[in-house]
Amino acid sequence: MASPPAGPVLELRGVRKAFGPVAALRSGTLSVDGGSIHALVGENGAGKSTLVKILSGLYRRDAGTFRLHGRDVDFTTTAEARAAGVAVIYQEPTLFPDLSVMENIFMGRHPLRTGRRVDRRAMRDRTTALFARLGVTLDPLRPAEGLSIADQQIIEIAKAISLDASVLVMDEPTAALSALEVRRLFQVARSLRDEGRALVFISHRLDEVFDLCDAVTVLRDGEYVATAAVADTSVGEVVTHMVGRTVDDLFPKVPAPVGDVRLEVRGLRRAGVFHDVSFDVRAGEIVALAGLVGAGRSEIARAVFGVDPYDAGSVRLDGRPVPPRSPRAAVRAGIALVPEDRRQQGLVTDSTVARNVTAVVRARIARLGMLTSRRESDAAAPWASRLEVKTNALDMHGSTMSGGNQQKVVIAKWLATTPTLLIIDEPTRGIDVGTKAEVHRLLSELAGQGMAILMISSELPEVLGMADRVLVVAEGRITADLPRADATPESVMHAATATLEYQP
Amino acid sequence: MTGQVTEQLVEPSRLSPARRAWRTVRRSRELAIGVVLLAVIAAATAANDSFLLSPNSWRDLLLTPSVLVVLAVGQAVVIITRNVDLSVGSILALTAYLSGRLFIANPDLPVPVVFLVAMLAGAALGLVNGLLVGLGRVPALVITLGTLYVYRGVVLTWAGSDRVNASDLPGTFLALGTRTVLTVPVLAVVALVVLAAVGYHLHTARGGRELYAIGSEPDAAVLYGLPVRRRVIGAFVLSGGLAGLAGIMFAARYGTISSGAGLGTELQAVAAAVIGGVAIFGGSGTVWGAALGAVLLVTINRALPILGIPDFWQQAVVGVLIIGAIVLDRLLANRTARRLVRARDAR
Repeated sequence: MASPPAGPVLELRGVRKAFGPVAALRSGTLSVDGGSIHALVGENGAGKSTLVKILSGLYRRDAGTFRLHGRDVDFTTTAEARAAGVAVIYQEPTLFPDLSVMENIFMGRHPLRTGRRVDRRAMRDRTTALFARLGVTLDPLRPAEGLSIADQQIIEIAKAISLDASVLVMDEPTAALSALEVRRLFQVARSLRDEGRALVFISHRLDEVFDLCDAVTVLRDGEYVATAAVADTSVGEVVTHMVGRTVDDLFPKVPAPVGDVRLEVRGLRRAGVFHDVSFDVRAGEIVALAGLVGAGRSEIARAVFGVDPYDAGSVRLDGRPVPPRSPRAAVRAGIALVPEDRRQQGLVTDSTVARNVTAVVRARIARLGMLTSRRESDAAAPWASRLEVKTNALDMHGSTMSGGNQQKVVIAKWLATTPTLLIIDEPTRGIDVGTKAEVHRLLSELAGQGMAILMISSELPEVLGMADRVLVVAEGRITADLPRADATPESVMHAATATLEYQP
Repeated sequence: MTGQVTEQLVEPSRLSPARRAWRTVRRSRELAIGVVLLAVIAAATAANDSFLLSPNSWRDLLLTPSVLVVLAVGQAVVIITRNVDLSVGSILALTAYLSGRLFIANPDLPVPVVFLVAMLAGAALGLVNGLLVGLGRVPALVITLGTLYVYRGVVLTWAGSDRVNASDLPGTFLALGTRTVLTVPVLAVVALVVLAAVGYHLHTARGGRELYAIGSEPDAAVLYGLPVRRRVIGAFVLSGGLAGLAGIMFAARYGTISSGAGLGTELQAVAAAVIGGVAIFGGSGTVWGAALGAVLLVTINRALPILGIPDFWQQAVVGVLIIGAIVLDRLLANRTARRLVRARDAR
């Protein structure tokens, strides 16, 4: 590295990026000095990923200042950003699985010998030297296939160093790592800092941030909130900055009488995904599974429903065991799952509304194994009208509807099975405010009729507004079980950023 | 940073690079196919010793697969980029007929010129495939299935029921089809030169390595800033050009060219590549394997009648080979994956 220049290496001020009418980032501000590690923290959807993508050249900012080494830059491709010395290490790196570790580092820039031939010996030696410098031992000749995420990140870091990147951005690098691997990564990060490089470290784990970083910047809802030296702040202060807003009354949860235990999950475990998950959901109760993206919430829900397998534990509904690995049995037992990704998992977008709504009850409405459009429409109509699906006709296609209406169609589809337990994953993602309230009103109404509802949500206000009880999931474990009265943004955030494995 | 790390997560192999290279060869698909090929030849020779020991048999052993080897090499390059070129059979017919017409129109044309014209014509047809795939962002399977029919339609319209006969072609050209250099047929030499050149490029040139990268993970290739589109188009141009070469080789070998020349050879070329260990989803395999696969395919078809296996079983044998090769790949990949996961859990 050359001598560190005066002033910040990387400087962003008032950077803005919108997708259509939605502003993902309103005022991104970040200033990182050479020879320091700077943490970027914020809730889900705070705009961190958007900011990273602007740094990496994947997105172009709409407005604002972006300076590198004191010069204004504007990247239009990832290659430009890389040439300027910005390297991004993603949570799940994209490597070439069939190629050797060393080719993954030098692809497109292989060292050459006479006749423009790839010099494999030089490539191996340089890879070995890079790994030695990082203090890791990886076989340069083995294929990247089957490497752990931690090792893949090391390859990405080695690539960044071989490019002599002056700014390294690590986007949630520790999310999938074991404690041992995190320690190794931190050693590498500190040695890079000591070489004078600027590092941006994005993490949900505040204990890690306070262990590793020199300064921390907080984003919230796409806005810059504060920057502080780690020495001058505390976890509590950062959490307050991250949450920093009051829960409004957008979410009209009506208290409903809570009945008997409907769903009983005991000791559910799937190696590497979730562990010791036990909880109950009672009739008339809305239980929220809160936590950070990637904590394992959806995976738990999918295992309960039988889509994903689990290694140990039991699921019981109304006292009867629900067999694992069988969504059919789960539907028959009275469980419905409204998945997170509507377009991919919940809706046949090329099919009509009526056909979508009746998809899971087809066998019931068929006569002699035959299904007619008329019978489908008849079966679908009451559900669609109850949910106020705004489609002109039931033969409208799913792909042409708005996100809100799509969600209603998916909910209608599952309500048609008359479930006793509704599992709903991110009920209002990508839905406009008005429809959001309708979906919330509907959930509240269903709970009032005695349905048990397990809701997964990344939106803290939604969780706090809707849930009778909040289960916080962090790294595949339930770290808190908070009754409505005790659930505050701070208590949920603390539990969600708790790490069990990591001890600085 | 030195001396701090006590944990080794994945240890480098202690074997020397030379020993590792030997181990790779020992476990390679190419070696396995070579052994199977030798076994087939041995079995056929045992059943009827004229298979290997008659005066023409050595020549036939090398000459018969030549055209398919050239096609398989081109096909392998395209498959490595996670694409496929189904139009090569039609390109072969088009260029074979084109070279025949050229000789009829102008009998004094030097043979090398006609070779060049055929290859350029093939490359141009390949460029059409490449541009449609690269710019249209439509799967290669669909595009080349379309051009398979379009190019074949052009030959059908042009040739009709007409055909080029051996008597229309100059003697010097036809002699190429049977002439030998040091007992090796000229066409086999051509195939070997093509194989060596393409194999060398894929192994040692940056551009060749990038083809593997693109096929292994197209998204990552974009993030790495590789010229994905240009490379994919290049692969199709190469495949087309080699199909053009195969076309004129076909003309020299058989002398008669009708509009139905090379029907179905595109599937043989794909089969040869797959049997030879070129992964159908791209990123791995070698042209050496594809070439050996082509030789094995042709040789098996010649050996089966000698071994007394009825005609209609021959196709089935090819099918079993393809499925066997893919199942074997799957099993080996699963075994490797399990071993790697075990190694990770153990520490």
